[in-house]
Amino acid sequence: MTTTGSEPQDAAPPSPELSPGAHSVFVRLAHWVNAFAILVMILSGWRIYDADPFLGFSIPRDFTLGGWLAGALAWHFAAMWLLVANGLAYLVYALASGHWRDLAPTGGLWRDLAAALAGMLDHVPGRYNAVQRWLYLFAMGCIILAVVSGVAIWKPVQFQELTSVLGGYEGARRWHFAAMTGLVAFLIVHVAAALSAPHVLKAMIRGRAGQTP
Amino acid sequence: MSKLLKPFAPQLEKLERRLFLKRSLSLGALTMLSGCTLRDEDSVDRLLLAMSRFNDRAQAALFDPARLAPTFAESEITTPFPFNAYYEEPLAPTVDAAGWRLELSGRIDDKRPWRIEDLQALPQAEQITRFVCVEGWSAIGRWRGTPFAGFLRRIGADLSARYVGFHCADRYSSSIDMASALHPQTLLVTDFPGGSKYGAPLRLRIPTKLGFKNPKFITEIFVSDDNPGGYWEDKGYNWFSGS
Repeated sequence: MTTTGSEPQDAAPPSPELSPGAHSVFVRLAHWVNAFAILVMILSGWRIYDADPFLGFSIPRDFTLGGWLAGALAWHFAAMWLLVANGLAYLVYALASGHWRDLAPTGGLWRDLAAALAGMLDHVPGRYNAVQRWLYLFAMGCIILAVVSGVAIWKPVQFQELTSVLGGYEGARRWHFAAMTGLVAFLIVHVAAALSAPHVLKAMIRGRAGQTP
Repeated sequence: MSKLLKPFAPQLEKLERRLFLKRSLSLGALTMLSGCTLRDEDSVDRLLLAMSRFNDRAQAALFDPARLAPTFAESEITTPFPFNAYYEEPLAPTVDAAGWRLELSGRIDDKRPWRIEDLQALPQAEQITRFVCVEGWSAIGRWRGTPFAGFLRRIGADLSARYVGFHCADRYSSSIDMASALHPQTLLVTDFPGGSKYGAPLRLRIPTKLGFKNPKFITEIFVSDDNPGGYWEDKGYNWFSGS
């Protein structure tokens, strides 16, 4: 974070309510809580996977959280409540506030995708292009699949119907891994895009839209 | 930002920025603590332990005493069934069944020790269920023995007590909640067709819990209102560990 932005420091900035493309306090808070929870879930999940690496490879220990299996499980089963509580609060907010309309997938995906790949797609904070809308829907789908398959692994007796739908206990483990893989793929694109358009990152921190460079 | 706070906007912005920096620093610090053993007296470990106790209560609430674990066909049994313990397979004890006695203690009316023949003479049940290890792997096995609920009633265990604990010949120990102990699929297994290394002469089979809550080579069963913990439980694994 630089302390000298493009915004004037002494003049009062426009209030976020009036600024187009602003992120509400709630959206920003939910975003960073989610980012923290997802990071903990992925890093501790990798250590849990390493206890029985059923795909034939292990994740290097330095990229995992928890130190050993019991520590990783403790992180994983603590952060899951944060992830679910925050996710539910966000969904309720999105539906109640109409924020979901900003994110509902629209047409023009191929046009925007072509523009994005050519580096010509504008990022305006709070106004989402078609690529973003589909990507965020994909990320939310991955999180929901991760939670549902995670519950199926955690409680294969109490929620056995759910586990059964996902191909049994061993099937649910693979769905859980697939959901994580999808999320990591999303994160690579998402973080790269945010870093390539710092004004969007600032907006997610401060709420106001910075000037597009 | 409210009108009232508007004059202070620049200062607030700086404060927010500092808070963000602080937040990212503490995130870094959290990942540095990855080697936590859950026994250290630091705040992160205390928080994780508190969440683990919360998860014990959440799982007890989710536990349905009438809900049966799925059963499988004989053709689905995993052979050979994986051996697992806190030591390597060659170190598994061989218990002399003739000299062995099951000791009983705690809130139990009839504490007379049991011989293996007397346990084998009790009503028998059989199940083919999935054994799920805390490490993630699972295997389907067949277990035969006497339902634990019937045994607890027979010895006059206080069924209103909260915990049932186990001590084992391999210095392992574990404990379960009374509701799970009384589940119809919880068995005291006395039959070891696969070999004595799977826990002869007596082990617990409880398909509503993870593998490490299925103690082998049992030498003593006790009933208590104080959580007895266990070998892995005391090292930081979640105590309830229900399936």
